Amino acid sequence: MWPAVTSTPVIRATGLVKIYQTGGLPVPAVRGVDLVVEPGEFVAIMGPSGSGKSTFVHMLGGLETRTSGEIWLDGKRADTLSESGWAVLRRQKVGFVFQFFNLVTNMTVADNVELPALLGGASPKHARERREYLLAELGLEERAGAAPGQLSGGEQQRVALARALANQPRLLLADEPTGNLDSRNTRDVLKLLGKVHRQGQTIVLVTHDARVASMADRVVSLLDGQIVDDAPIARLQRRPGGTAGDIVELHG
Amino acid sequence: MRLPLLALLAKEPAHGYELKQALEVTFGSAYPSPNIGQIYVTLGRLEKDGFVRAVDVEQSNRPNKKVYYLTAAGREALEAWVDEPTEGPRVRDEFFMKLVLAPLTGIADRMALVNRQRRHYLSLMRDLGELAERTDPGNRVARLLIEGAMLHLQADLDWLERCQEDLT
Ligand SMILES: Nc1ncnc2c1ncn2[C@@H]1O[C@H](COP(=O)(O)OP(=O)(O)OP(=O)(O)O)[C@@H](O)[C@H]1O
Ligand SMILES: [Mg+2]
Repeated sequence: MWPAVTSTPVIRATGLVKIYQTGGLPVPAVRGVDLVVEPGEFVAIMGPSGSGKSTFVHMLGGLETRTSGEIWLDGKRADTLSESGWAVLRRQKVGFVFQFFNLVTNMTVADNVELPALLGGASPKHARERREYLLAELGLEERAGAAPGQLSGGEQQRVALARALANQPRLLLADEPTGNLDSRNTRDVLKLLGKVHRQGQTIVLVTHDARVASMADRVVSLLDGQIVDDAPIARLQRRPGGTAGDIVELHG
Repeated sequence: MRLPLLALLAKEPAHGYELKQALEVTFGSAYPSPNIGQIYVTLGRLEKDGFVRAVDVEQSNRPNKKVYYLTAAGREALEAWVDEPTEGPRVRDEFFMKLVLAPLTGIADRMALVNRQRRHYLSLMRDLGELAERTDPGNRVARLLIEGAMLHLQADLDWLERCQEDLT
């Protein structure tokens, strides 16, 4: 027998269910989802509006309580944690990019990005260097002193990504991180995601953007709160001599 | 390929190989370059239709080569092409045919078809992304061509999602 080399998954969720109970009718948003994400994997979550993507990743990050099911993060049972237990776990292990940014409005961009690193125990010098690096990668170095309210939606979203990556979290969870970006800014975000992924960053990301999803190792499709597909994105087998240009078709 | 060749010949007379090179230089690696045989076949047809004419040019130590030039009829055809509005993309999608018809025969299930197609589109997108990275940023034509292909692919994916919501 060979030695067990199985690594602990970064995420193991089983039978996750979320039923919102607002007023009268219960809304089943996530209806029994299983997901395992190995260290270093990049998983894209896709699906129509209302299919439960945000609800699902919010539960994975402890930002929404589950109705039933289990969540294990990095080998540790997480779904039974108290709110403060989740807060500690997130600070240590999870970077989160929200669909609607959630920046601290009365702090500068620089402080927003440094805060999680400082809370995570990084030295001020290290936190500043990491912030400078991330903001530069996202073309935001000149906005460091601004308040979030002075930024465009796209800029705020990039700051939110920088913040989520500030303390090199075990897991990056992102909900539509390019939803408000034009194509040039999307390219900066794509480059940074590619770079941190190559450095081993585990990523679970909700997106409608095919360019973002195409960088993932695996795509998970949700429909009506259930996973209807979960499989790797294959490398295309091109015929010999064919070029990627075969994709592009000009008629005439 | 008829009209693009006419357009290139309107600039200056050329032989077949020069036309192939001009297409490659203009559109870059994004465009699958036609093989020289296709170019000669097209030139032959254009000649038969009276849009181009060829002259034999002697070469010192090689066989003669044919240099093509545009005729007045060719220029008219080219102008008509440029002047008329170009058809928009039509939805004439082979996958959609499969999606609608295959389940009727019981050989495939729609959910599986959609899922496989989504992953295929994402593979294509990944290839386009890699192609874009390899493409000379100075070649604006090639860059726009790739960007266009990406936008079309995004639309195809969005439509696929609609199909999945409504047909499965
Ligand atoms: N706080 C809430 N209270 C009640 N229902 C909710 C709440 N949040 C989400 N829902 C419902 O749960 C379902 C899933 O919503 P969710 O936000 O997870 O979808 P989504 O896939 O992220 O959609 P989008 O692509 O539009 O962001 C929807 O029917 C939504 O209306
Ligand atoms: Mg959402």
